[in-house]
Amino acid sequence: MAAILLALTLVAYFGGTAAYLAYVFAQREGFSRAGAVCLAAGWLAHTGDILRRTLMEGRLPMATPGEALFIFGWTLTAIFLLLTWRSPIRILGALVAPCAALLATAVWLLPPRPGRVSPLLQGFWLHLHVVLALLGTAALTLAGLGGLLYLLQERQLKQKRFGFFYRRLPSLTQLDTLNHWCLTLGFPLLTLGIITGSLYAQLALGRFFNWDPKEVLTLIAWLIYAVLLHERLTVGWRGRRAAWLALGGLGVMAAAFVGASLWFSGYHSFGSFRTP
Amino acid sequence: MNLVLVGLNHRTAPVELREKLCGLFPDPESAYRRLKSLPEISEVLYYTTCNRVEVLAVAPEAEAAIRALTGFLASHSEVAGQDLETALYVHENEAAVRHLFRVAASLDALVVGEPQILGQVKAAYRQATEQEATGPILNRLLHKTFSVAKKVRTETGIGDHAVSVSYAAVSLGKKIFGELTGKTVLLIGAGEMAELALEHLRRQGVAQIIIANRTLSRAVRLAERFRGRAVPLEELPEALLACDILISSTGAEGYVLTKEQVRTAMRRRRQRPLFLIDIAVPRDLDPRINDLENVYLYNIDDLKEVVETNMQRRQQAAVQAEGLVAAETLKFMDWLKTLGVFPTIIALQEKARAICRQELKKTLSHLGPLTPHQQEALEILTRSVAAKLLHDPIMFLKRNHHSRRAAAEITLVRRLFNLDPEEEVALPSQAEAE
Repeated sequence: MAAILLALTLVAYFGGTAAYLAYVFAQREGFSRAGAVCLAAGWLAHTGDILRRTLMEGRLPMATPGEALFIFGWTLTAIFLLLTWRSPIRILGALVAPCAALLATAVWLLPPRPGRVSPLLQGFWLHLHVVLALLGTAALTLAGLGGLLYLLQERQLKQKRFGFFYRRLPSLTQLDTLNHWCLTLGFPLLTLGIITGSLYAQLALGRFFNWDPKEVLTLIAWLIYAVLLHERLTVGWRGRRAAWLALGGLGVMAAAFVGASLWFSGYHSFGSFRTP
Repeated sequence: MNLVLVGLNHRTAPVELREKLCGLFPDPESAYRRLKSLPEISEVLYYTTCNRVEVLAVAPEAEAAIRALTGFLASHSEVAGQDLETALYVHENEAAVRHLFRVAASLDALVVGEPQILGQVKAAYRQATEQEATGPILNRLLHKTFSVAKKVRTETGIGDHAVSVSYAAVSLGKKIFGELTGKTVLLIGAGEMAELALEHLRRQGVAQIIIANRTLSRAVRLAERFRGRAVPLEELPEALLACDILISSTGAEGYVLTKEQVRTAMRRRRQRPLFLIDIAVPRDLDPRINDLENVYLYNIDDLKEVVETNMQRRQQAAVQAEGLVAAETLKFMDWLKTLGVFPTIIALQEKARAICRQELKKTLSHLGPLTPHQQEALEILTRSVAAKLLHDPIMFLKRNHHSRRAAAEITLVRRLFNLDPEEEVALPSQAEAE
């Protein structure tokens, strides 16, 4: 049972990747539909596997980088499926499906380290913090990926050179709407994630903010998104500028995860999650 | 059964001749009345498009049918026989099927890939069915034709690329805005190409059309035609705030719009995207406007370049499409060949039925009174014995329709089961001779 759910998840995600790539080349709607069905099926298996791990360990699996990426893959697929249901941008699946597949593979490639899990990693607030932050990050990741597609399409329209992707990418307006949608969904979630995190820090450590590298970098990313959202709503920033900011925010978020979790020491780094 | 196609098109006949032939039968009813009166053909479809006049028929004898159809086309008093003879082309069977597929898929068109032709063939087929001129073979062929044309369109993307300037503008607009419904178009100036583009955009469902012109009366006249709103040129800055797509086509010497003007407008528009089309020579819009964010400026040369690249793409797609057409032609010809065995199969079944009836009658007369149930059981028994016996010869016929010996095999089966008794008269004499 333990291996079956993970295997199902991986097979479905990689199958979805293949279907979406086929869609990019062959431009048949059937492929994108198959891709979405694969992702949805994989997501259900993924959910099952996370539940299994949670029941087994009595907490969300998030003590190693692999586990954290596993959960992040789950939130990314969830937000993408929500988007596909609301206003599909099919070609985005060709970026999201491989991401989800690789993120889910992480739990298998990066095995857990031995040791007892720190008592800091338990409790309702902490779980809420992690899930909200990762859901927000997933939506903002989609904004970043959408930004990539926007820049690609905008470049072709501005330079008047139409390549392989011109026909395959949706209109600029659609891609800009995606940016807006992801931002209005992801920003509040990330904000709530930060708030619950600092409340938990106050509860557990007596301080709201600890100048931990991950906290600092996330705050920078949050500021970028705050500026983007504010300018969108007030003076109507959109298009290329919004796409670049979404990509910039994504870069800082990635740095916050990779850098702060693995290289720097701090209480957000995975090294400190376990006591030998 | 033979398929025969006789016709002429833009490559073989000058426009005068095509015009005359198009006007030959103004209404389908009279055309089909003539065609159905021809004894040489059993099914017929007649279609004219702007570039072609063609008649497709099913006939037992190809030669006679070609003569009859040529006669039909030459029946116009103003069409000289000689001109017609050099302009006509004739296709039989496989070539006729391929030709029809190519016409419907728009591979034989003046502008390869234009979508109107399929619609014209569909309309012609509808008329033919209304006049009851088609039968099982043409019905099947035409339905196949429509699916081949659709397949070519979706699988090769032959019609995806705009090949006219005004249509190129529409497709660019769609890549910027998604849908054009609800958008506002502003036309500065006038001119044939600008009006054509406007017409295209209107068909895409744009919500509002604003027309600005130096002479207001001209603007008002155009506005009436397109059901838009006319404004004097002085109100251009305000109109620029309202529109999403701007077409500029004035005879002005300098720029009608500068980068600064558009920059200011974009700020006031809260950066709503703006698509500018400059089809004037000399140019109306400062080319540096394209550097502004969320503004997309295309001049006439840009659009022409788009059209040219798209033309090349269509040529590539056409090569792919030819392969598809060839494969589908073979498939249809296979089906057509199976038709040859059906008369034999039907004759076999009829003979079996006749024997059953006769033998049953004989047997029932000796058996005396039976209950209806018993009688029915006897009938079923004879029928199923006959059906089981015939099953193998029928499968033999159906399976062998591809082979080169198909005709010989059909003859063999017919002789084996004595389906043509009058020919059989010759046989005993042969046996006697031996």
